[in-house]
Amino acid sequence: MKREYVYKGFERFWHWMQALLIIFLGFTGFEIHGSIHFFGFEQAVKLHNIAAIAFLVLIVFAIFWHATTGEWRQYLPTRKNLRAQMEYYIFGIFRNAPHPTKKTVLSKLNPLQKLVYAGLKVIVIPLMVSSGLVYMFYRYPQRYEVISLNIAGLKVVATLHTIGAFLLVAFFIAHIYLITTGSTITSNLKAMLTGYEDLPEEQPSPEKSKKSH
Amino acid sequence: MKKTIISVGLGVLVICLTVMLTLTDHGTPTTPLSTLRMKYRQKETPSVDHTQFSQLKKHFSTPQEVTSACIACHNERHKEVMQSSHWNWERQEYVEGKGIRTLGKKNILNNFCIGISGNEQSCNKCHIGYGWGDEKFDFKNPLNVDCLACHDNSNTYIKAVGGAGMPDVSVDLANVAQHVGKPMRANCGTCHFFGGGGNNVKHGDLEKALFDPSRDVDVHMASDGEDMQCVDCHTARKHQMLGKMYSVSSMNRNRVECEQCHTELPHTDDILNKHTLKVACQTCHIPEYAKVNPTKLYWDWSTAGKLKDGKPYEETDSNGTDVYMSIKGSFVWGKNLKPDYIWFNGTASHYLVGDTIDPSTPVKINTLYGSYDDPDSKIVPVKIHRANQIYDTQYKYLIQPKTVSTKEGDGGYWKEFDWNRASEEGMKIINLPYSGKYGFVKTEMTWPVNHMISPKNKTVPCADCHTRNNGRIASLTGFYIPGRDYTSWVEYLGTGLLLLTLAGVIVHGGVRIVSSRKQKENKA
Repeated sequence: MKREYVYKGFERFWHWMQALLIIFLGFTGFEIHGSIHFFGFEQAVKLHNIAAIAFLVLIVFAIFWHATTGEWRQYLPTRKNLRAQMEYYIFGIFRNAPHPTKKTVLSKLNPLQKLVYAGLKVIVIPLMVSSGLVYMFYRYPQRYEVISLNIAGLKVVATLHTIGAFLLVAFFIAHIYLITTGSTITSNLKAMLTGYEDLPEEQPSPEKSKKSH
Repeated sequence: MKKTIISVGLGVLVICLTVMLTLTDHGTPTTPLSTLRMKYRQKETPSVDHTQFSQLKKHFSTPQEVTSACIACHNERHKEVMQSSHWNWERQEYVEGKGIRTLGKKNILNNFCIGISGNEQSCNKCHIGYGWGDEKFDFKNPLNVDCLACHDNSNTYIKAVGGAGMPDVSVDLANVAQHVGKPMRANCGTCHFFGGGGNNVKHGDLEKALFDPSRDVDVHMASDGEDMQCVDCHTARKHQMLGKMYSVSSMNRNRVECEQCHTELPHTDDILNKHTLKVACQTCHIPEYAKVNPTKLYWDWSTAGKLKDGKPYEETDSNGTDVYMSIKGSFVWGKNLKPDYIWFNGTASHYLVGDTIDPSTPVKINTLYGSYDDPDSKIVPVKIHRANQIYDTQYKYLIQPKTVSTKEGDGGYWKEFDWNRASEEGMKIINLPYSGKYGFVKTEMTWPVNHMISPKNKTVPCADCHTRNNGRIASLTGFYIPGRDYTSWVEYLGTGLLLLTLAGVIVHGGVRIVSSRKQKENKA
């Protein structure tokens, strides 16, 4: 095994900020939705809107970082190893089989991760951002003269926003669990905190990877 | 060189910031609200002192003489007054489905004391004229105009009970005439706080507590605050007052609106400002009405007429409020009430005398129109007054009974307690036949609640409407309110997805734990 610097400073900052904001947005959002009661509706709306702006700023920086570093390529979905990865989670993991996809600095994500994260980035997050913006600005008839956004009602916008929210919570639950499926229970978490992770050598022998468990 | 420029730049920046901060600290911020406060705190002083006028330093034997003295100087004003609805008690209105009709207190029925026809001697105490005791009253005679009812500033002018608008004998007319001025709350309130035969009976948001209210009761009229008078909002041009009530009017015109002063974007918070497109100011700013004294919610005329030893009697509850009167029936009152809420676009329809009714459902005496999809509609707070009142079971229309009795044997119910006689005489006056058979029918009247604006910190909280459990506007449906509404299939699928994910994670994790233990055992 070799200790590698996998997650760069900004990447970790972005990940954890995004995690905090999504948790907070989910919490306040479901309070606005009427599912839970904690801050009170009025406070929840205010906090949700502030967090939403912060999230937008973070997204702008994240897009810039991904574009300039070329890291966005990490998320390009691939069919290679997809089946093997699925089989691993369904069978192999219980038999202590090796991870089918080798994690390297240049290819940090397994094909299932690529697929899910790409889905988040091109479908769920844009859905939340766009429906969220319409939700926020759908009716400022006088002050900002955004008359074209004076839509008849909130139902469609709110429903789309809620669908996205459910998907994100489901992702969150699965994500929290799946980070325990690294080479050790905490290796993924440690990597995202410190940036460093013990990655297999370029051509590791199967015995070696088994030993690490 | 570079360093110098940077340090000079920084220095300038620091100076600018200091200047800005100092200015913000010391200048009192002028907000639209503080400007309004300053405006209404400056009380006007009258331009003339009526005590100095020789024309008024005399003995007036009739109130008409006072009017004559007023008109001698203000020689055009009576013409304006005589065109007002305060004088005519009717105006032309377009009523949806009924066309252009002349209506007002003169000819419309309500579900309180029902109507003035035949009862002028008592009801018309509140007319701004002298002597409208029956249908023969001369609306063209300027001397019948009662200037004092509205312009008395001595606070001593009262009209006689059952006097058809004539002043009480105790009134010192010369003194009142010498102390006239702009109408005060005391002037308007004398009638408008006591509509329906007692304090706060009709409106619920207009009552004697507003003569001297605290800020909690009404921020505008508060004696210890802006102390605004009715006419500050109900402004008048040529004696035509702004504002009217949808118990007697139908059209979206001549309304008093908060926006006159407060604009359509009164809040600093944009989210609150968004509401103003669909929610009237009153909806959030009147959390409750009848804050000090109760208002009538239900009036059952059918129980009237019980006598004790052949005499009418009254019963009061522990608070001293009438709950039964032989002359009027039984009442239900309410205090500190949450309003009902409706969509309202400023137009209304009315039950007009002679309209056929369906006795199996509550008769709507007035109907206020509006809906979410109508861009002119907003959610407004209302009081709904219900009653059980007399109708002709054969002709199927509401009866105008004669209640007030002015002479022996005139059929007035309040003396004779005979519904047949009262109906006969009352219907004769409004020129409709009476079949001789009467019954009682449930009726409903809707009264917009516009007064008793609470202080900012008492405003209706967001969660009173944005809630899933029976919020204030739970009855208004067909549109989406965050916190109240949701799309059920999304809710089911979403919750299902979360449960499945959770179950998947637990099962997967459980199997992992078990299998890893087994492997360890196997190794051992």
